[in-house]
Amino acid sequence: MVDGRILKDRAAGGVMRILTITAVLVVVVMAAGLVIKSMPLLESRPLGGLLFSSEWKPLRGEFGFLPFLAGTLWVTAIAIILALPVSLLTAIYLTEYAKPRVRKYVFPMLDILAGLPSVIYGVWGVLLIVPFTGYTLLAGGIVLGVMILPLLVSLLVEIFSTVPDALSEASTSLGATRWQGIKRVVLRKTFPGIVASVVLAVSRALGETIAVLMVCGNLPRVPQSLTDAGYPLPALIANNYGEMLSLPLYEAALMFAALILFTVILLFNVTSRVILYRVEKKFAL
Amino acid sequence: MTRTFRPDNKFPRSADTTQMKIEGLDVHIGASAILKNVNLVIPDKQITCVIGPSGCGKSTLLRSMNRLIDSTEGARIEGRILIGDEDIVHSGEHITELRRRIGLVSQKPSPLPMSIFENVAYGCQIHGIRNRRKLRLVVRHYLEAVGLWDEVAERLHTPASRLSIGQQQRLCLARSLAVEPQFILADEATSALDPIASRNVEELFVRLKNDYSIIMVTHTLRQARRIADHVVFMYLGEVVEAGPAVQVFDDPQHELTKKYLSGAFS
Repeated sequence: MVDGRILKDRAAGGVMRILTITAVLVVVVMAAGLVIKSMPLLESRPLGGLLFSSEWKPLRGEFGFLPFLAGTLWVTAIAIILALPVSLLTAIYLTEYAKPRVRKYVFPMLDILAGLPSVIYGVWGVLLIVPFTGYTLLAGGIVLGVMILPLLVSLLVEIFSTVPDALSEASTSLGATRWQGIKRVVLRKTFPGIVASVVLAVSRALGETIAVLMVCGNLPRVPQSLTDAGYPLPALIANNYGEMLSLPLYEAALMFAALILFTVILLFNVTSRVILYRVEKKFAL
Repeated sequence: MTRTFRPDNKFPRSADTTQMKIEGLDVHIGASAILKNVNLVIPDKQITCVIGPSGCGKSTLLRSMNRLIDSTEGARIEGRILIGDEDIVHSGEHITELRRRIGLVSQKPSPLPMSIFENVAYGCQIHGIRNRRKLRLVVRHYLEAVGLWDEVAERLHTPASRLSIGQQQRLCLARSLAVEPQFILADEATSALDPIASRNVEELFVRLKNDYSIIMVTHTLRQARRIADHVVFMYLGEVVEAGPAVQVFDDPQHELTKKYLSGAFS
């Protein structure tokens, strides 16, 4: 005899499975949609030319995505290079050095920072960063770095709190200073977690649109230095979608931009997962 | 084990007969008194077992001896813990040097996230010994001292976490010994181990007492009977009775001790 509670259990399991499959399917459908919508462009141009040409002249039918791809990668790289050391040290300070009273005030503030809409970061960037840097990649990188900082700090604090007390005490009881223990035990133990946090933060940074768009300059040229203007992929899509769609192939081009972004994030996630898996296996962390 | 070979003379022992003396030790955590006026003499080169029911302050006593208690939120420590003439509660000496002289073996083995070799070498490295040849000697010497060398000689550079839990505990002991402590604090060091591994570690402590003063918190009365030279019985943060094992076990003076030993409470 199957009674009511067992039926409910089965129903709950079934519903949750369907919802999970749907969520995964959405991603697949998105990817498929992007591919289909970019087909007109992909059919008429070689893929290599689209990705590695720097000529962006939609009116003449020239679509080279290199400036945007480069802009995206540059801005993200600057952001993570600036934000990672700061957030690592902040998270270490908060978990290992700070008094609970400090933590009590800092954590809610980080949550507020993490929850601010990105347009506010954009405005802040225009008012306070752009006067020093101009509308450049550097400005975009700084604004983006500041934006992902609270996210990174909260993730890293979580990661560092998972280190068992016994492990730090083992190091301490041998006469190690806190800093020695952090360098040789805590950072090593949490390395996979740190990488995973960076992956999340980078994925977030790659897709960030508004704040970067407001300070980056948005010139479709391949940037040669930090002080050049840049034009990341999300900004390209946001700025142009809905306009100029009468141009042949233009919509397909924007869809292809989205597809590139999608692929970059996908590749980045898969690669880092593979690396993580190898590292964890090798060091039995 | 006789100390015929000392691979490392960076850590000279101050005096070879040093006892630990605890005078009027009070420890508060927040508003509650965990240790109340503890007075003890820990004899040199013997095994002192601290027994008593859970929550009686045994671990806090141990954690005071190497000042790990400092990292506990809201802990205050008063009184004196003397090693020789030096008061480690109010020591001017840097606390890291103090801790080097007092090794700790915890309840659950806690191998550091590195190789077997690096685990033993860690202590020496943080105190500035870099010479690889010397480190190899130290690692081998102390792995031999805990009877682990033959089991791991072929895989020194594999992660320590792959060892069995009994092997891990002996590794942790080797790691503590490698910085040449005078005292070894063991907090229920065998309670997470299976009976055979547990007996191994016990026998190891008995051999090591020729060279180290061992202070062991244990929940197992039978273990204390097997290896203790000296016994401290604690109850509710106070030392009820302390003395040579024979005396405390066979002729306890205090009513509470009698009850505890007879199993009236645990």
